[in-house]
Amino acid sequence: MRLLIGFLFSFAVAALFGLGLTQFALTRGTAFGAITIGAWTAWPKTGTAEIDPYARASIARSGELPIGSGDGVAFYATADDGGRKLDGRCVVTLSGITPPARFWTVTLYDLDGRLIPNAANRYGFTSQEIARQADGNFEIVVGSRARAGNWLPTGGIDRYLLVLRLYDTPVGVATRTAKDAPMPAVSESCT
Amino acid sequence: MIRWALWLLGGLLLGGIVHLGSVLLLPRTATQDAFTRLSASAPVNSMVPMPAATPDEAVLPFMDPAFATSVCRYDLADGPLTLRVPVSQAYTSVSFYTRNGVAFYAINDRAAGRRVIELDLMTTQQRAALPEDEEVTAADRLIVESPTPAGLILVRAFGPEPGLMPMARRALSSAQCKQQG
Repeated sequence: MRLLIGFLFSFAVAALFGLGLTQFALTRGTAFGAITIGAWTAWPKTGTAEIDPYARASIARSGELPIGSGDGVAFYATADDGGRKLDGRCVVTLSGITPPARFWTVTLYDLDGRLIPNAANRYGFTSQEIARQADGNFEIVVGSRARAGNWLPTGGIDRYLLVLRLYDTPVGVATRTAKDAPMPAVSESCT
Repeated sequence: MIRWALWLLGGLLLGGIVHLGSVLLLPRTATQDAFTRLSASAPVNSMVPMPAATPDEAVLPFMDPAFATSVCRYDLADGPLTLRVPVSQAYTSVSFYTRNGVAFYAINDRAAGRRVIELDLMTTQQRAALPEDEEVTAADRLIVESPTPAGLILVRAFGPEPGLMPMARRALSSAQCKQQG
């Protein structure tokens, strides 16, 4: 009897611990080979046949098709440079330059990867439509209130993420530092 | 007390195995993966345009709204597939995914270096069965090997601004994927 209870206890612990760990790993997006530059993180290996088992399980669960490495690379930001979570009720500024690429796009999603409804039907910018300063640098303002210039509406949702995708770019598995890939600064201010 | 600690330790070790096993098995049991989601709208071995991603409707999460996308859900069971994609003015790419959504090959218009991207997609066995001389004459034909008999091809054309999206969509309308027969 003691033995049976012991086994049941062990199995219960195993199921809870094992499946809990899996759930945790998949919702937190723990894949290997991450490149983090400033507020931005990319997993270039996820776009190749050498994708790791965690990323494989994660895409099977979400239904996402990761961008292929021959196509481009995607950088994700959920917080600003200081580590503050991006909040749709605050004002977030993206500024500076981007790594070498034929072109890039920046898009705003909710945490499940859906676009956010807004009156302007604006879900992101491409490098070719963006208004730039005289020196070629740009500034995108992300917030709930309309403003002049490159305004990306958040619809006032509390948590969101920004995805910067570089297409036809040398940035990838071999990239290590901000020197190879200078990413735009992300700064949030809440009032 | 020590007995319970041992049972707990055993449970945790077993839990580690459960964790690894569930991560490895999950892609096979997923009911909401990209292939399944597209099964309803994309017939086998033909190229169909995917509706533009909007907040109300998106077939797949995290699609780039700056692109027009067409999809070919392929099944190589009855023979290899030929893909023909005329490139658009802005940027065109072709990405290949296995049944489980692994991106095993992607090529863009510049890497293809011509106005029409032409590819043959086949399984490893089908490639091995190609007659020798045919492989020589087909030197300028790009052959892609699919690790799984079924999968997805995503053809994407860039629309640099919203006003150019119709053009990107038109460019994709003549893309084809056809069973060789």
